[in-house]
Parts: sequence; C-alpha cells; structure tokens
Amino acid sequence: MIFVTVGHQMPFDRLVRTVDEWAGDTGRSDIFAQIGDTVFQPRFISYDHRLAPKKFNQCIEKADAIIAHAGTGTILTALEMGKPILVMPRRAKLLETRNDHQVATARYFREIGKTTVAMNENELRSILDDIKTLKSNDLISSHASTDLISAIKNFIIENNK
Amino acid sequence: MRLRNKKAKILAVSSGGGHWIELIRLSPAFQDNCTIYVTVNESYQTYLDGDRNTRFYCVGDVTRWNKIKWMLTAFQILWILIKERPTCVISTGALPGYMALRLGKLLGANTIWVDSIANVEELSESGRRIGNHADLWLTQWQHLAKPEGPEFRGSVI
Repeated sequence: MIFVTVGHQMPFDRLVRTVDEWAGDTGRSDIFAQIGDTVFQPRFISYDHRLAPKKFNQCIEKADAIIAHAGTGTILTALEMGKPILVMPRRAKLLETRNDHQVATARYFREIGKTTVAMNENELRSILDDIKTLKSNDLISSHASTDLISAIKNFIIENNK
Repeated sequence: MRLRNKKAKILAVSSGGGHWIELIRLSPAFQDNCTIYVTVNESYQTYLDGDRNTRFYCVGDVTRWNKIKWMLTAFQILWILIKERPTCVISTGALPGYMALRLGKLLGANTIWVDSIANVEELSESGRRIGNHADLWLTQWQHLAKPEGPEFRGSVI
C-alpha cells in the first residue's frame, strides 16, 4: 500500500493531483491519501481529508512507501517506523505555505540519506514510476539525541534544587 | 535540609504537526517529573496513553495574524499556568509556546525554548523573539548558534 499525506494544516493539491493522475495512468489501486481540507476530489485513489493520530500511525505502519509534503512530523513518524519516504516540499510562491522552510527540511533529510526528494511534479512523477526502488530506512530511535535529552534534563534538575 | 528528590512540574507546550512530534521526542528528558502537555489538537492525547505522570490540555490554535484568537489562547494558557503552577515551561514552538514561556516566566517558572528542526536557515520568528525570555535557548542547528545565544546542544533526531 502507498500512503500519501499532506498534514492537517493546509491542503497540498499539487502533490495529491500528481499521485492521482499517476494512479489513473498506471492502474495502481492500492493508494490511500490524507488530503486536508480541499475541494479537490481525487478520481483514482481513495482518500480522507483528516486522520486521527492513531489512524494516521496505522496508515504509516501498513504502508510500503510514503509520499508526503516535507513536514518534519510526517518524516520523523515515517523514519521511526523505518519506512521509505518520498517528499515534495511545499512552496511559498505557490501559496502552499508561509515560507520555503520545507525546501530546507527536504534537503536536510536527503543529505543524511533518510528521504528521497522530488522538487516538483515532474520529478515526483518520474520517481513514482520507480517507486519499487525507493530506499527503505533503518529505524531511527523514537527519542531525540542523547545530547539534547541530557542538556534539557540537567537544566531541569539544576533549576529544581 | 534541602529536599534532593523534589520533583519538577513541567509544562510542555507545542502547536500541531512537527512541533508536537518534536516535543514528544524530547519526553525522556521530563521523565520522573509530573509533565503537563498543552497543545492545539484534542486527539493528540492518544500519544500519552498509559503515562500516569502526565496531564493534557488543549488550547485554541493561533497564528500571529488573528488578534482575537490570540488573546483567547493567551487567557487559556494563563489559566493553565495559574492552576498548575509549573516550575519549568518548555516549548518546541510555535506561537502558543512563545506565549506560555512569556507568561510562565512572569509567574516565576524556568523556561526552555527548543527551536524546531524545520528552521534550518534561520530561527523561527517566535524562536528569535523568545531569546531574552528563555533561560535555556536552543537551536537544533550548529550554524545558527551564536555566542549570545541560541545554543546548539543536539537535535531531535
């Protein structure tokens, strides 16, 4: 199963439409998408606008591959379950978000070898054609780095004496 | 005699999506203390299932642009602070966390800001403005750290 998700803050039709058209062209029927509050209605894939956290996590767990906006919440959740993830960042100039922070997020996770990135619909489309080769990931820990945890923990202890 | 094992009471505040996931990834740092989570989505309570040391509040989501919602959320946060009297307030952003740190500080709590890992190129607006009010002011990017703060002490991954 392929799970598509755009988060719950704003829709991201550009991503959903590209996956939907690809599903129409290839006849792929095992795709489920969380598409946000949008009027766009996918024709070839099944979808829901919003998902409760439990359902969302189940979808990630069941998926063989995840296609998503470059939100840190989605990426971290997918990596915690070791799932292959392909992201396309939202763009500010297309009014998909306030600023281009998702571009930087996508680049960072690509640099550390944890995600595949499509910068636009064309790239997304061609990676979708090779979706089987999407790299799966080693599970990351479910916690922040030990350094950061200790820094915060020590601060709390020191200031509570 | 000083009580060495006195527990801290932590108010952990975040907006939705990545901010929340990052906050949850920090939770081992709060262990052994009473932690009160404050966020903007009622359904996030499921993330805390089975943890008796936690409490959960939901407040209105808010951005900088809506003044009335902004005030309402500030009052909700103030109410929670007065009721719970945390010794420490921590946030991963965004605006509700900023308000919680400012108000918490006025009420005598220690404050920790962890700017989101999503802010790779510059600090978030809230993250920049909170500098003078955060006792521990952190970025998750070495290249954004400065001698006068914020500090880099690791990241959520």
